[in-house]
Amino acid sequence: MQVRIERRLSQPRWLAVAVPAGSLLFAFVTAGIVLLATGHNPLTEYRKLFDAGFIEPGALDQTLITATPLMFTGLAAAAAFRMRLFNIGAEGQLYVGAITAGAAGLYFGGNGGPSAFAIAAMVVCGCLGGALWASIPGVLRAFFKTNEIITSLMLNYVAGYLLTYLIFDSESYWRDTSGFNATVFPTGKALPNSALWPAWTIHLQGGIPVPLGLGFALLVAVILFVLYRRTRFGFEVQVLSDSERAARYGGVRVRRKILAVMAISGAIAGLGGASQDGDFRHMLDGDPNGLQKLGYGYTGIVIAALARYNPFAVVAIAFVLGGLENAGNTLQGVDFPAGLVGVIQGIILFSALGGELLVRYRVRVGRRSSTGPVSAAA
Amino acid sequence: MTVTNHSLLVVLIAAGVTYGTPLLYAALGELLAERSGVLNLGVEGMMLVGAVMGFWTVERFHTNSNVALAAAIAVAALAGALMASIHAFLVITLRASQIVSGLALTIFAGAAGLSSYLGNDLNLADLPAAHTFNPVFPSSMRQWRVIGPILFGHNLLVYASWALVVLLILYLNRTRLGLNVRAVGESPAAADAMGINVAAYRYAHTIAGGAFAGIGGATYTLAITPQWVDGITGGAGWIAIALVIFAFWRPELCLVGAYFFGALLDVAPELQARQISLGPTVLWTNSVPYIATIAVLVLVSASSVKRRLGAPAALGIAYTREER
Repeated sequence: MQVRIERRLSQPRWLAVAVPAGSLLFAFVTAGIVLLATGHNPLTEYRKLFDAGFIEPGALDQTLITATPLMFTGLAAAAAFRMRLFNIGAEGQLYVGAITAGAAGLYFGGNGGPSAFAIAAMVVCGCLGGALWASIPGVLRAFFKTNEIITSLMLNYVAGYLLTYLIFDSESYWRDTSGFNATVFPTGKALPNSALWPAWTIHLQGGIPVPLGLGFALLVAVILFVLYRRTRFGFEVQVLSDSERAARYGGVRVRRKILAVMAISGAIAGLGGASQDGDFRHMLDGDPNGLQKLGYGYTGIVIAALARYNPFAVVAIAFVLGGLENAGNTLQGVDFPAGLVGVIQGIILFSALGGELLVRYRVRVGRRSSTGPVSAAA
Repeated sequence: MTVTNHSLLVVLIAAGVTYGTPLLYAALGELLAERSGVLNLGVEGMMLVGAVMGFWTVERFHTNSNVALAAAIAVAALAGALMASIHAFLVITLRASQIVSGLALTIFAGAAGLSSYLGNDLNLADLPAAHTFNPVFPSSMRQWRVIGPILFGHNLLVYASWALVVLLILYLNRTRLGLNVRAVGESPAAADAMGINVAAYRYAHTIAGGAFAGIGGATYTLAITPQWVDGITGGAGWIAIALVIFAFWRPELCLVGAYFFGALLDVAPELQARQISLGPTVLWTNSVPYIATIAVLVLVSASSVKRRLGAPAALGIAYTREER
């Protein structure tokens, strides 16, 4: 008896659905074992998670609030990872986008112009900020072949310090400096009303507000899908990810692609930052225990990998994991340890990775083929 | 740093050794794994799990200090090794992408994952460490000018890391096993033809690397801080990965690099402790280690010495007999 792993010649379609679904199932079973081992009942914990994420009144509101930034960071990761450009700096790019969009919102929202104009300015500035921040590792990778994984990650820490600095350690444009309270408890300056992003209400569960950012995220998903599936640019990116040598030979300008893909990825994350300001926080959140504690950028990587970099799958999975994350935040406390959600996410990612093997290879258990040396000797 | 009557430079070098030690352990572990051809980006996660499990051990086992600390280091190493074995299974047996699997390990084990779950579930937050690693040499020696704080002011973990550097140099360059490791990392197909079990070597070194990362993490909770907080390593695992690159995959250069970055990590707290007002520069001093990491990486990659000086040729590539 022997286990053999052979490359599949064609990838059956059903596996593309079965593998992520199986990964989710496997992850919940394995995390259940972790829960049992640490003295919790997995079924009650999961029930609580599901209720808090999707069922209870107000749960879906919160889930959309968590899922929206995750869609942006997931799409940002998917856009870059598709070219095997491992931009893990969506976290920092989101902060920088929040900073630049915050400035735009304060500036253009304050001088009495139309709300649409202020919002458009925030979108543009958020994208630009994120794209610029992502271009640092992009330029270094394109011109010096510097590993983008480490540089983009290091910049997350720098962006975090920058964000904290703007609100806590300086008298910056973003900081509220009016009144006594604001000097004792540093906080961001509130965005003017015309810079706040509107929301639509779905009449379910007594009205669920759908933030404008969610609409933008869906739009980005469509654009990314078309860009990668239907354009020359997308085709070249695909060739480049399969074989850089073949791409160069075919005349693809590799440097430009690296710069463009990093900038696109960063712009998406930056737009997520703009949505944080406009949709949810209504100011620049510099608190080290606020936005920075949530790790949207890192969860985005899980989502992108699980979605196998398909933009529409990113949106769907961001919703599911957003619910999970939201439930984790709501329940966090004595009988629901923090970090459990991260554990489940990690296991989901591991099983999705292991499941890739089943997509790419065929696993055979049994004797060697009849023409092999074994039967020849018999 | 309690000793403030030494000059700033001496204090910074001494602090470099102190804060560089966890970086050194983690970098040496990563070096072992990479030399065998396995890139493990999960260092941060493995360090954090080591940190929390080491701390848990000293809190829960009420024996004398030396036994508790030895047990804590063993548990931390074991925890790190366990984490690394997940990565090893995925990338060696299942041939998953080493980059994605390593990222997955950091997400799984990291500051918002298993290490946080364990630390909070075991109620370890806000406790002082029951036992800590203390300086080995008497305080009279530690007061000596210049060499006192730099050479004699440290705990056992620091001196053990020096021994580890020497052992690794000998192992990689002077033993049959070390030669085999290098062969596996440079040309697994050739190693396989020589009769070396490529998968076994890769498993062993990836797991050993995880054990070192675990010890590196425990250095924070048992010697430096010494307490447990979420995300205590603050990116040290990533700096360690970068260190292996600057060190051209050589243990002795890992030591130099680790102390350099250790010193950078201490610049901001040290200046603050001396009441030197940082004003707007607090942003820059905090960011210095991260920016310096990027700068050195750029220098190394731009100078194109990388290929001559050590990157294992098969780093990051899964080995399968059928597809060579």
